[in-house]
Amino acid sequence: MQLTEKPIHYLRELLHSGEITAKQLVTSVFERIDEVDAQVGAYITLNKEEAFKAAERADEMLKQGDARDLLGIPIAVKDNISTKGLRTTCASKVLENYVPAFDATAVAKLKEAGAIIIGKTNLDEFGLGSSTENSMYKATRNPWDLSRVPGGSSGGSAAAVAAGAACGALGSDTGGSVRQPAAFCGIVGLKPTYGLVSRYGLIPAAPSMDHIGPMTHDVRDAAILLQTIAGPDGQDPTSGRMQPENYEAALTEDIKSLVVGMPAELIEEVEDAEVKEALFGMANVLESLGATVRKVSLPHSKFAVACFYLLAACEVSSSLASLDGVRLGSRVFEAEDTVTMFSKTRGLMGKEAKRRILVGTAALSGQYRKTHYERAQKLRTLIKTDLAEALDECCVLLLPTAPSAAFPLGHKVDDPVAMYQSDVFTSVANLAGIPALSLPCGYTKEGLPLGVQILGRPFDEVSVLKVGHAFEQGCSMAARRPKLEVGTSD
Amino acid sequence: MIDWDVVIGLEIHAELLTDSKIFCGCSTVFGGVPNSQVCPVCMGLPGALPVLNSRAVDLAIKAGLALKCTINEFSKFDRKHYFYPDLPKAYQVSQDDLPICGNGVVEISFEGSPRSIGIERVHMEEEAGKSIHAGESIMSSAYSLLDYNRAGIPLIEIVTKPDIRSPEEARLFLEKLKTLLEYTEVSDCKMEEGSLRCDANISLKPKGTDAFGVKAEIKNLNSFRAVQRALEFEVRRQKEILENQGTIVPETRHWDEAKGMTFSMRTKVDAADYRYMPDPNLYPVRLDAAKIETIKNSLPELPDAKCKRFIDEYGLPAYDGEVLTGSRALADYFEKCVQEVGDAKLVSNWVMGEILRWLNAHNMQIEDSPVGPADLAKLVKLVQGAEVSNIIAKDVLEEMFVSGKSAEQIIDEQGLRQVSDAGELEKMIDKVLEDHPDPVNDVKSGKLQAVGFLVGQVMKASKGTANPKKVNEIIRARLLD
Ligand SMILES: [Zn+2]
Repeated sequence: MQLTEKPIHYLRELLHSGEITAKQLVTSVFERIDEVDAQVGAYITLNKEEAFKAAERADEMLKQGDARDLLGIPIAVKDNISTKGLRTTCASKVLENYVPAFDATAVAKLKEAGAIIIGKTNLDEFGLGSSTENSMYKATRNPWDLSRVPGGSSGGSAAAVAAGAACGALGSDTGGSVRQPAAFCGIVGLKPTYGLVSRYGLIPAAPSMDHIGPMTHDVRDAAILLQTIAGPDGQDPTSGRMQPENYEAALTEDIKSLVVGMPAELIEEVEDAEVKEALFGMANVLESLGATVRKVSLPHSKFAVACFYLLAACEVSSSLASLDGVRLGSRVFEAEDTVTMFSKTRGLMGKEAKRRILVGTAALSGQYRKTHYERAQKLRTLIKTDLAEALDECCVLLLPTAPSAAFPLGHKVDDPVAMYQSDVFTSVANLAGIPALSLPCGYTKEGLPLGVQILGRPFDEVSVLKVGHAFEQGCSMAARRPKLEVGTSD
Repeated sequence: MIDWDVVIGLEIHAELLTDSKIFCGCSTVFGGVPNSQVCPVCMGLPGALPVLNSRAVDLAIKAGLALKCTINEFSKFDRKHYFYPDLPKAYQVSQDDLPICGNGVVEISFEGSPRSIGIERVHMEEEAGKSIHAGESIMSSAYSLLDYNRAGIPLIEIVTKPDIRSPEEARLFLEKLKTLLEYTEVSDCKMEEGSLRCDANISLKPKGTDAFGVKAEIKNLNSFRAVQRALEFEVRRQKEILENQGTIVPETRHWDEAKGMTFSMRTKVDAADYRYMPDPNLYPVRLDAAKIETIKNSLPELPDAKCKRFIDEYGLPAYDGEVLTGSRALADYFEKCVQEVGDAKLVSNWVMGEILRWLNAHNMQIEDSPVGPADLAKLVKLVQGAEVSNIIAKDVLEEMFVSGKSAEQIIDEQGLRQVSDAGELEKMIDKVLEDHPDPVNDVKSGKLQAVGFLVGQVMKASKGTANPKKVNEIIRARLLD
C-alpha cells in the first residue's frame, strides 16, 4: 500500500513522530496525482503552490510539538465548497472564473486544524447527478475499474481518496452525493445531521437538504474529519447549537445490546443479489458482536425518491436563478440584444441543471405549487415521522447505499429516471436530516466495492460511527485499495 | 346619473430604522459611495447565508403594535422570485402566507368625524438594490450600473383593507401612518430618500352595492400630495369610462407628476408568478407572548393617547391637541415649553402660531428649529411677566430665529422692555393729552372710542414699549373721573 493510500490516523502518527514530514507527504500526494489523475480525472483545480507553503508551515509547527490531528494532512475539497482565493467552479462553465472571496466554514476549520488543501475535485455540475458525468469539464473514472463511474455527485472526492490522490476529502450530500460515490469507490462517506456542519460557503443546490461531509479510508478518519468541521456557526442560521463531540474517542465502546433496525419496505426494493448479501452480511457481523437486529417499517419510504427529486428541483431552480450571467457567473457577450444574451448565457449550463431548473420552476408555478410542491412537503413530513418512529425503537438503521455497484460510464446518462433511482436508499436521510454513514462491506464477483449505510438519530453521530467502526473491526474483510495501472492511458 | 362609491386600498413600504441590514452586518446609512456597503450575503454570492437581524423583527413588531395588529407568534420567510438585475439572489426574501402581523386598525379623523381604516397585514422583507440604466430602460440600454448599498435593508410592507373612501382620506391615512411610524421610531419615513413608498389600488362601484369593481394599481407616488392627486385623477378616469358603458381593465398604472395623469404600465393578465417557497435558509420566526409584551411596554405614548392627554391635562381645544401631537418632536417641544411656562394655551398659541409659521415658511421641521423650547419658554415668560408686549415679542422671536440671540439679549440691546412704571407712563401721557385736545374732549363728552386713539399715540411715542393696559387705565382715570 502506498503512503498516500494510508488512513489519516496512521499518517498522523508518522507526522507527529517525525518519521515523515508534511512536505514529503504533500510531495507524495502530488506525485500520485501526476501518476493517476490523467486517467482518473478526480481534480478540476490543483492548489500546488499554496499546498507546499502550508506544508512548510505545518512542518515548523510539528517540530515545535504541535500535535493537532490534521496538521500536515493533505485534504481534497469538492469544487462546490468555497475556497478563498482558489477557483470554485461547481464543475460548471458558468462559474469557470469564480474565485470566492471567503472560505466555507468547513474549509476554514480544516485550515485552522492544520490540514493542507490539495485541490478542488470534480462533481456533477452544481452537485446535480449521481455519476459525475454531468461535469462540464470531464468525466471522473472509478479507480477500481476505469470504464465505470465513480458515482456522484462527489465522484472526484471519492475517486481521489480511493486512488491515493488525497488522504481524505470533503464532499457534499444532497440526496446521497457523499455516500453513493463512497460506496462505488470503496471508501467511507458520512452525511452528518443537518445543522451539525455549517453550510456557509457550500454553493447551494437544495439548501434544506445540502450537507458537507467527510470522505475517508475508514471510520476513524471520518470521525477525525467530522470533529474538525462540525459545530455551531453564527454565519449559518440553520446550524445547530450542538458542540461537536470527540467522535474518535467514542469509537472504543462496544455495541452490545444495541438495537439495529432493517427497514422492510426499502430492503424489499433491493434487486441485486450481491447488494442484498452484503447488507445481510453486515447485519450478521453486528449480531455476532452482540447487537440485536430487527425489522422496522418505514411506510412512506417508497415515495422518498419522487419526493426528494421534486423538492430538490424546486430548491435548485431557486438556488441557481441568480447565476444568469447578469448578477453572477460567466456571460456570453456575443449577443445582438439583452434577451439573446440571457438565453445564450443560460446555454452554458448543462442538460441536467437545466432539467432540474425547468422541473422546479414548473412545480412552484400556478396550481402546481399546491398539487406538487406542497404535497411533496407533506410527504417529507411523513417520511421524517416514519424515521423518527423507527429510530425510537432502534438505535441505528441499516440500508444498502446504492442499488448496485458502480455502473459503466454512459450507462444511464440518457435515462434520468434510472439515474435518479441511484438515490433510492440515500435520499431518506436527506429528507429527514438524520446522520448516515456509508462504509465498504463487501465486493462483487468482479471485485467492485459495495457499501452499506448506517442511519442514526439526529446528532447521534456517535452511535453511527461506533457501529461502523465495530463492523470494520469485527468483519474479516481486509482493507483493499484499487489496483491502478500507473502511467498507462486507458 | 349614478353615484359612485370609491374604494381605495394602500400598500406602503417603510424602511426600518436599523443600523445594519436585515440579513448581514452591512450599514444602512443613506447616500454612501455605490457598492461601499455590501458583503457576500447582501450581494447574494453563492454559498453566503442570511442571518436574521433581531432588531428588524423587534421594529416590525413595534409597527404592528402601533397599528393595533395581532402579532403572530409564528411567522416565516419565503422567497419571492422575480427577474431583475438589482435583486442579487434573483429572489426577494419576504413573507407570503404567514406574515408577522395581521388585522390592525388606524383611526383617523375625516371632516371632523372619526374613521377606522383596517390593516390587512404587515410583513417583513428585504430591499432590492438600485439599477441605473444608460438609456431609457433595461432593454434599450447599452449597459446598466448596479448599486447594492440598498440591497438587504429591512422593510415592512403594510397593506390596508379596502376601507378608504376618498383620495383625501388616503392622504390623511398616510399622514397618520407616518406619525405612528415616526413616534415609534420604526422608520424615518423619508419619501424623498425612498424610505417610505406607497402604491394605491382603486376601484369604483355603484353607491350602496357590495361587489367591488375592477381595480387599477397606481405606482410611482412620490409624495402624499401625489397620492391624493393621482387618486383624484383616477376617480375621474374610471367614472368617465363606467358612465360611458366602458370596462375598466385590471392594470398597473404609472403616475406622471408633471402631466398630472396616470398611464397604463402593464395589464394584470400577464402578471408575474412569484413562485413563493419557504426560504430553506431561514427557520420560521417564533415569538413568545413575553417578548411581545416587553416590546409593547417599550412603546412610547402614541399620538391618539397623547392628544387625549393634552386635551384633558392641559385643557387645550381638540384642534390644538391634534396639531401638537402631529409629530412626536412637536409634542415634545410643546411639553418642554409648558414645563417652564405653565400656561399651556399660551404656549400652544405661540407654538402653533409663530413657531410653525416661521418653520413652514422656511421649509424646516421642528427638530431643526433654531429656537428651541427653552428659548421660546424664556420669551413667553417675559410676555407673561409684562416685561415685553405681545406684539414686540413677535418681532423679538423673528430676531431670535435669524440671529440666534436670546430673547433677553435682543430686548436689552434694542431697549424693548415694556414700560409699566406709572411715573414714566404719566409723563408720556401728559404729552399726548396736551398734543391732542380734540380726542380728549371727545372722551370727556362720552365718545369712548377715542380712548383707543390716545392709547395708540402713547404706544407710538414709546415705540411700542409702553404697557398698553396700564396706559389705557391711566387715560381713563384721568379723563373720566
Ligand atoms: Zn451585507
